[in-house]
Amino acid sequence: MQHTFVAYVEDKPGVLNRVASLFRRRGFNIESLTVGHTDQAGVSRMTIVVDTDEFGARRAEANLYKLVNVLRVEDVTNQASVVRDLALIKVAADGNNRTHVMQLADVFRARVVDVANETLILEITGTVDKIDSLVDVLRPYGIIEMVRTGIVAMRRGSAAADNRPPRVAAQVPGEPADAAVSYSV
Amino acid sequence: MKRTGAQMIWECLLREGVETVFGYPGGAILPAYDAMLEYPSIHHVLVRHEQGATHMADGYARASGRVGVAIATSGPGATNMVTGIATAMLDSSPIVCITGQVGSKLIGSDAFQETDVTGVTLPITKHNYLVTRAEDIPRTFREAFYIAQSGRPGPVLIDITKDAQQSTAEFDWEAAAPRLPGYRPDLRALPSEYQRAVELINTAQRPVILAGHGVLISGAMRQLAEFAEKTSTPVALTLLGLGGLPASHALNLGMMGMHGEAWVNNAIQEADLLLAFGMRFDDRVTGNLKTYAPFARKIHIEIDPSELNKNVKVDVGLVGDLREVLDELLPEVAQNEHADWLAHIDEMKGDSAVRDIQNLPDSGQLFAAHVINDLWRLTNGEAIVVTDVGQHQMWEAQYWKHEQPRSLITSAGLGTMGFALPAAVGAKFACPDQEVWVIAGDGGFQMTMAELATIAQEKIKINVAIINNGYLGMVRQWQEFFYERRYAATPLFSPDFVKLTEAFGLKGMLVTERGQVKSAVDEARAHPGTVVMEFRVEQEDTVFPMVPAGADLNAMIRRPKPEAEVTAVQTEVAAVQTEVEW
Repeated sequence: MQHTFVAYVEDKPGVLNRVASLFRRRGFNIESLTVGHTDQAGVSRMTIVVDTDEFGARRAEANLYKLVNVLRVEDVTNQASVVRDLALIKVAADGNNRTHVMQLADVFRARVVDVANETLILEITGTVDKIDSLVDVLRPYGIIEMVRTGIVAMRRGSAAADNRPPRVAAQVPGEPADAAVSYSV
Repeated sequence: MKRTGAQMIWECLLREGVETVFGYPGGAILPAYDAMLEYPSIHHVLVRHEQGATHMADGYARASGRVGVAIATSGPGATNMVTGIATAMLDSSPIVCITGQVGSKLIGSDAFQETDVTGVTLPITKHNYLVTRAEDIPRTFREAFYIAQSGRPGPVLIDITKDAQQSTAEFDWEAAAPRLPGYRPDLRALPSEYQRAVELINTAQRPVILAGHGVLISGAMRQLAEFAEKTSTPVALTLLGLGGLPASHALNLGMMGMHGEAWVNNAIQEADLLLAFGMRFDDRVTGNLKTYAPFARKIHIEIDPSELNKNVKVDVGLVGDLREVLDELLPEVAQNEHADWLAHIDEMKGDSAVRDIQNLPDSGQLFAAHVINDLWRLTNGEAIVVTDVGQHQMWEAQYWKHEQPRSLITSAGLGTMGFALPAAVGAKFACPDQEVWVIAGDGGFQMTMAELATIAQEKIKINVAIINNGYLGMVRQWQEFFYERRYAATPLFSPDFVKLTEAFGLKGMLVTERGQVKSAVDEARAHPGTVVMEFRVEQEDTVFPMVPAGADLNAMIRRPKPEAEVTAVQTEVAAVQTEVEW
């Protein structure tokens, strides 16, 4: 089954490569991987979807933690969470069927973000299923181009504080605390 | 104080307590080598190949428990290190590799001797760094040394651009404390998991401890012995666990796995509780996972959480440093006898002993196992033995009785041929007062024998035993068992090892008969310099018992009993193979 992980990582060169390499190296197939900044400087957040069983998911999580630059990992697969994918879809739509396409877009709460003589670009945000459905109904009109972001996920409710990476003090026992440096990543 | 990046490298090494480094200079690391002359208290060993440098650092680390350091230049210098780094990775050995890199402006341009070394070594290092600014050097080194030796140890590589070595910045060691918010080498198990473990231990009838490298790394030798004695639990050891419990200890069963003795593997298969102490259920240890220890509950104590449930599903996983976990468990577990179980294992030993090569009639021929067993006795078992990979490695594990931790250094996980000679150089620098023996095959020795020049240049004393059977013996054994004796590319020409050794200015000796072994070994030990001894042994000798790859752990090919016909081996192979799906 598909497992969705949220990983907080240090925003350093090569970290994406380390994460991607880990999944490849351990024989996991990445379905989707997104990465972007968080509200904390120096911390990026990844949403990774992997098709694996429960043991595989635990192994993936443990191996992610082994990466020195990974701060925190959460498996949100079975958590109440908001999961969103975004797609831009360029559809063939001229004067004859433009209205039909726009009506379909409306039903799916998609937005028209570009109109040309022969095409429309729709922007849709939602679950993977919802976007797949829109793609299906648009296909007969002719999809010229499509791009999807891959999913991002966030747990519902007030667990937000819990979601943050732990504040970590100096790592080495007995090391003098470095007052000039913030460890609040 | 202001320092160049090159000077900082040595300042950092000094502060990390490094006394010896193993390296090879080249263009991109030249600034660091130039600065080295200002730091004469660090001894630099010039190797003959960068792979040798990494194995030396590895051998140094394994013999001493401290971080070993290897240095190389960019491009080919760095890629030559790859085998040594992977070896250290799979055997959890703490080494730090320093490589030069082309100037930061040239990175990505396919410049002369440019390789993406951090990319190449990413999956075979515990962590690696690319440093492009001198001011980042101190923190990087502190982090690298800390990561290499904490938690589950492993290799860390630092790639430093030439301009970072050449430029000048403020060097402030104190201010450069590691900043590793995501690194957790000190995870602990929950108290509830301890309780569950204690219940299983106290109710077990047929327990077996599987002791691995973690015993040595954690320094849990005393705790292991106390635990085994209090609970009367026999101890099977992995190859890297040898020495974790004295071989003479009544509860020590010996090595488990592919070439473990029959009683060890049978005990594991019959056990009702396996206590895995700092080991990782490698396929060479478990055989067929589907039929592995079918009656046993499993408790796994391991510092690396990703090892839990990786190969073998366990009932209780205790994450943590083995010594600390055993200290927690020891007062909680009940005194126990397990008299029937121990007596049963003793019975199984009796069956195996009649098949032991040492009980075979002395035909005057030289058998490798005899040589190795003789070496053990003649050195009073007090030497550090560094083995290569292959048949001799398994015979060493079977016939050298290790009483002390860190008295066996060998490439287990990666099985790196050519490891022994350079690793022994590292071990000798780590423990200069100890006798160091290399046991290598004729194949593996030829892979890295150029390091004899390093030995000659450094004027160190090592004793080398080449077990020469004229074949790549272990591969030949597989061909004998599983490929109808079709010896493809295993017959092996060797140079005259005596003359070869003499060409390096060292002493060479040839031994061809069992009767010569004692006097030759005595002479070699008494010689002040390095001696290379070639033992011409029986060519088609075989390591028994053997669990074929992927077979059930108790489906062993056994040494035929002395009175049996020669064809008995093939009968044994056939009997086992019928049970195996290939």
